[in-house]
Amino acid sequence: MSKMCDIGIGEMTRGLESGAFTSEALIREVLSQVERDQALNIWLELKPSDVLLAEAKTSDERRSEGKALGPLDGVPIGIKDNINVRGLKTQCASKLLEGYRPPFNATVVEKLLAQGAILVGKLNMDEFAMGSSNEYSAYGGVKNPWDLTRVPGGSSGGSAAAVAARHVPGALGTDTGGSIRQPASFCGVVGLKPTYSAVSRYGVVAFASSLDQVGPLARTVADVETLFEALRGEDPLDSTSQELPHSDSAPSKGHLRVGVPEEYFGEGLSDEVRGALEQAKAVWQQFDVEFVPINLPHTHYGIATYYLIATAEASSNLSRFDGIRYGQRASDARTLEEVYEETRGRGFGKEVKRRIMLGTFVLSSGYYDAYYKKAQKVRTLICQDFDKAFETVDAILTPTTPSTAFRAGDNLKDPLSMYLADVCTINCNLAGLPGLSIPCGFDSAGLPIGMQLLGKPFGEATLFELGKRYENATQWTERRPS
Amino acid sequence: MTSLDEKAVEHLATLARLKFSQEELKTIRGDLEQILGHVDQLTELNTDAVEPTSHGVALAAKFREDIRGAGLERDIALAEAPENLGEGFCVPKVIDG
Repeated sequence: MSKMCDIGIGEMTRGLESGAFTSEALIREVLSQVERDQALNIWLELKPSDVLLAEAKTSDERRSEGKALGPLDGVPIGIKDNINVRGLKTQCASKLLEGYRPPFNATVVEKLLAQGAILVGKLNMDEFAMGSSNEYSAYGGVKNPWDLTRVPGGSSGGSAAAVAARHVPGALGTDTGGSIRQPASFCGVVGLKPTYSAVSRYGVVAFASSLDQVGPLARTVADVETLFEALRGEDPLDSTSQELPHSDSAPSKGHLRVGVPEEYFGEGLSDEVRGALEQAKAVWQQFDVEFVPINLPHTHYGIATYYLIATAEASSNLSRFDGIRYGQRASDARTLEEVYEETRGRGFGKEVKRRIMLGTFVLSSGYYDAYYKKAQKVRTLICQDFDKAFETVDAILTPTTPSTAFRAGDNLKDPLSMYLADVCTINCNLAGLPGLSIPCGFDSAGLPIGMQLLGKPFGEATLFELGKRYENATQWTERRPS
Repeated sequence: MTSLDEKAVEHLATLARLKFSQEELKTIRGDLEQILGHVDQLTELNTDAVEPTSHGVALAAKFREDIRGAGLERDIALAEAPENLGEGFCVPKVIDG
């Protein structure tokens, strides 16, 4: 197989600048990879190939005139299907939004386009970003490129699989409870959930507004950093977005202390994942990194807290899908109530409806204090655990997931078993911290293992520094799925 | 542990504007009870003296001048609606007379 598809973003930029290859050649490669892997069901929509090739040629012309727009000019990127790209469909992998074409770009898309990136198409996902396996897509699940009987993780399953399968060197995903990091771990790629507010959410379909973040996936930490630099920044269209404070953006090149919380290394953790993390620590220790035990005592309350807060926020956010302004509408409905109930009842999948119902319950009169407000108070305790830990450490190391990718169908029996798989990623969203998942090995079945670094708010630079120290000393990202 | 009877689940479905079959209502009732059983563990924690947190990261309210800016043109805004009257979105009649 051609090696062009193995090239990461950094090498692509250098190759384009030096004239080693053209953007047109890159796009031809993307198209052939995508064609070969149709059975993986990664893409929900591709831009027509003539359009992609025309964009590539325009990029090449710009470059030959010395007018490249930025490091991403001519680089192919995939976009998760809950992020608006004008002209392409935004369906959030739901029947309810089947055929919907947004009239505006998300801010993160505008930023990529401003650099001349080539947005290849929309990536499959769990419906409305609710899921951890990409099995809840209304357009069929995605297959893990490392083992077609297994899930790629979710909800950004398509994004992680597209990067792992070498369709594109980078993709955008969203992460509300782990939806970038967990699929990154299952697919052996790098994924970042930025600090809450670091990246604009304008033009991204909202799931839980106090938890959602858009973030990059790529095959190396350096590439993820390049994408993050392109995406971040205050946006007047998203009043929850802000600039990274200047003081936090300079990483330490010297000694770094990393906390290891015992709560994340308990019984449920697979021996192979545990072993891989031990080996990772040994690598880091050669590069001026010290590990200290810490405690995050409220860790195991995270799932309960998250599923109360996230579903409450989701029940509110998804109330806009009413069949009136966009999306599908039940054509046989007679009254307004019927339009709402039939449209939503038929258009939303089971998991989405389950979460809306739970969220509605949590916010309903008589239960609000005992459930929603209680969860917000426990959220404070979880945040305080992290604040205390970060007084003595620069970052925190945990597994990204307690095990490697599970088989399709394994966790569909009851919703709770799927939710419990999020245990390592979820508290990071509740506290708004940045989280970086990095591949750190393979298990005996050849499935990727991922580890997670959590940083202080706006501490992405420290995570990238740690990630690159590890990455420069290891070669996990060179292995490719067959 | 909070248990939900049929009426409670039907009430939630009405609040959420979701239509379920009787079969689906039964399943959803079971799912919700299972999940609520798990979240009951939060009652182990004494949070009397704890303030609720709505955002993990501190945010300040943003303001701008009250000057009108560009919005979507009407025909673009209506273009994706399942039914529109050319001037506005179309809904079933809600007021009699």
